[in-house]
Amino acid sequence: MSRWREMSFGFVRRAALVAVFAAAVASGASAADKYPGVGRAATPAEVEAWDIDVRPDFQGLPKGSGTVEKGQEIWEAKCASCHGTFGESNKVFTPLIGGTTKEDVEKGRVASLLRPDYPQRTTFMKVPTISTLFDYIRRAMPWNEPKSLTPDEVYSVLDFMLNLAEIVPDDFVLDDQSIREVQKRMPNRNGMSTNHALWPGAGFGTEKKKADTANTACMKDCGGPVQITSTLPDHAWTAHGNLASQNRRIGPVRGRVTGNDDPDAIDEPGPAGFKLAQSAGCMGCHGLNNKIVGPSYVDVAAKYKDKDMLDTLVGRVVKGGEGVWGEAAMPPQEGASEGEIKTIVEWILAGAPGR
Amino acid sequence: MDDSKIPSALLGGRIRRAPENFLDGAAIGEVSKGRRDVLRASFAAAIAGIAAATRPAAAASDGDPDILELPPWSTSLGLPVAAVPYGMPSKYERNLIRRQSPGLTQVAGSSVAFAPLQGSFGIITPSGLHFERHHQGWQDIDPKRHRFMINGSAPGMVKTPLVFTMDDLMRLPSVSRMYFIECGANTGMEWGNVAVPTVQYTHGMLSCSEFTGVPLRLLLEMAGADLKRGKFVLAEGADGSSMTRTIPIDLVMSGEVLVAYGQNGEMLRPENGYPLRLVVPGVQGVSWVKWLRRVELGDKPYAAKDEAVHYVDLMPDGTHRQYTSIQECKSVITTPSGGQTLVDKGFFNVSGLAWSGRGKIRKVDVSFDGGKSWQEAKLQAPVQSKCLTRFTLNWNWNGERAILQSRATDETGFVQPNYRQLRAVRGTRSIYHNNAIQSWLVEPSGEISNVQVA
Ligand code: HEC
Ligand code: HEC
Repeated sequence: MSRWREMSFGFVRRAALVAVFAAAVASGASAADKYPGVGRAATPAEVEAWDIDVRPDFQGLPKGSGTVEKGQEIWEAKCASCHGTFGESNKVFTPLIGGTTKEDVEKGRVASLLRPDYPQRTTFMKVPTISTLFDYIRRAMPWNEPKSLTPDEVYSVLDFMLNLAEIVPDDFVLDDQSIREVQKRMPNRNGMSTNHALWPGAGFGTEKKKADTANTACMKDCGGPVQITSTLPDHAWTAHGNLASQNRRIGPVRGRVTGNDDPDAIDEPGPAGFKLAQSAGCMGCHGLNNKIVGPSYVDVAAKYKDKDMLDTLVGRVVKGGEGVWGEAAMPPQEGASEGEIKTIVEWILAGAPGR
Repeated sequence: MDDSKIPSALLGGRIRRAPENFLDGAAIGEVSKGRRDVLRASFAAAIAGIAAATRPAAAASDGDPDILELPPWSTSLGLPVAAVPYGMPSKYERNLIRRQSPGLTQVAGSSVAFAPLQGSFGIITPSGLHFERHHQGWQDIDPKRHRFMINGSAPGMVKTPLVFTMDDLMRLPSVSRMYFIECGANTGMEWGNVAVPTVQYTHGMLSCSEFTGVPLRLLLEMAGADLKRGKFVLAEGADGSSMTRTIPIDLVMSGEVLVAYGQNGEMLRPENGYPLRLVVPGVQGVSWVKWLRRVELGDKPYAAKDEAVHYVDLMPDGTHRQYTSIQECKSVITTPSGGQTLVDKGFFNVSGLAWSGRGKIRKVDVSFDGGKSWQEAKLQAPVQSKCLTRFTLNWNWNGERAILQSRATDETGFVQPNYRQLRAVRGTRSIYHNNAIQSWLVEPSGEISNVQVA
């Protein structure tokens, strides 16, 4: 297979090279002449396969259309497990929907962005351009299956999200034309500025813009009396583990002791189950002590304490499980053999010790 | 060699009295049977118990046992060449690794691992310690199947859209240059108040490498780019996220922007974009698109997800700044720093890093009194544009409370701001582009913590 790939590729390449040279000759001396044999012309099909970006002026937008109803089906099958039924979940990422009002839709400015107490900044509170969402969903979502949606499916699921965000009505058909109308209703469409000195070039007319701050290199008697205005909260000292174990064992300093593991320990044998759980990809969804997508291992151990669940749980991990811990399901686990999964589950049921 | 013949005193450890005292009965039995590793492990544990013993035990007798009694490494044969074909750090250095900040993100595939700046020397980040930031996990791409494409946003924007293999790119004339890379959100947790304990978590989304590659300018010229119409390029990754970012053509034409495959003398690490990434000196890390598969020349910016929803800076008036890219002048003291303890009173060589996305560092000043007075630090050579610069300053610590700060000035004359100045313009909710002066409080106990001052 790969041999075939290289051979046929060699053929395309030779043919294309001829085309490059022809173009170069026709246009007089070009940089391409300087490096004969390097690079080749892209075929139109190749450019089409990769050039999927969509700009705010909708250049690059594929033709197609979708409905809220179809979008809801896709959402429930392919998005809700991570983003929640209403795009409200912060289990895997910050919420996508919420924090915008009808008034925002009219004005194009999201009022809750002015409230420092507002708990989270959702996607729809920030995004000014509808093209951004189309482009991004098509290239990257679902997270675990990027680039699997057809343009029509992207239109539908985006239509559903717009409906959830109360930007379009239930019967709205989103297509490559109506999307331009939607742009005029994006809640934060007027909320962006490029008027700053942090863009390294032309393009926004900000070349002459001055930096935000103008400190001076005062050397003596600078400023008023020095006051400490903020210190590390107590809980944050231990939240990062033992700092003594995050510093070198020699030199002018040591790490402060904020935990009870041994900073001088040289080998970390660690339980076999823990190592396997890391290599088999279990830790992406389960924390030792914290719930991620699935329950924490400490909670699993507590739930099945003194119960003979080893084989049942091994079976659920191998085949996948759902309905025990909440809405999210665990897909069948293929990153480890059944024997290895047994070792992992034994370790989980033993309380999932980190060392 | 029969271990049981080795006098137990030769087995290592400076705080040696009677080693048997550290052993339980069973272990002593093992020792006398010649189980040297058991003894050694016990030693390690015993020494660990005496945490602050940093000075050689001023021996009651003739001197330091680590001198008087030859250690095993002086009296045995070492390991052969290529015992570890790809070398690894000493096992004694295992504390200095990339780490996540608990609770910062929900899933490790869209997260950050911070570089351990608290133990860094010089300006180069070892490739294995380079900070990580991924949006959709990382991939280890087969370089034989990797392709790089250049095209235009409209017909004629480039004369001939081109495709390059890695063979092609590596045949072209290359350049090697040292640049820093800093995530736009570095120090982002500290906008409102002190939040994390050490410089690894405050500033560890910062690394510096020598990168090798081909100027993007050359590749655009090969494609016959129309540089009158083309004002921006879009860079795009080959991974699941296919990260896209807009970059001004001016920067590309300066020749600084590289399509890079090399990092510190070897190929890029997969976590850093193997086999190909964009290098955009002075600009925040998100623009250094990893696993680079395509560059498009266009006449308008792209408003990609990470320039319209994230990497936008919230200002006090509720607007977001878009396309904030330059990493302005900044510095931090790495030794000593938050979460550390000075071993004793007396001499220290204070050391830290300074950098600017606008060019070279001109000078760095250090304060020991929270910014009332400052002394100019020494800059270690080389001092290069858009690269980390190491500064040092000698200090005799008299055991009194001190607040250490560093303040960098770059070649444009821009002086690193303090928190008051920065917040006056950008508020406290920006997340991105926090380049304020960092303060470390040293207590009389020698313990150091992260503080903010006014
Ligand atoms: C397996 C979990 C998962 C699934 C399934 C999933 N997403 Fe996501 N989604 C994420 C994560 C994680 C991010 C953040 C990625 C990053 O950091 O760049 C994200 C980001 C997004 C964003 C951008 C949000 C922002 O503020 O940046 C949108 C829009 C989105 N997802 C839509 C969808 C849609 C539509 C689907 C279904 C077709 C879907 N997602 C399925 C995990 C998931
Ligand atoms: C994609 C996310 C994901 C991955 C990866 C994952 N899990 Fe799970 N796991 C879950 C979810 C969600 C649940 C809860 C399912 C339920 O409610 O029944 C779960 C439940 C469990 C349970 C408890 C089952 C029960 O019935 O109480 C165990 C044990 C477990 N997982 C072990 C593992 C092991 C071992 C691995 C790696 C081989 C793994 N998981 C990988 C998501 C995941």
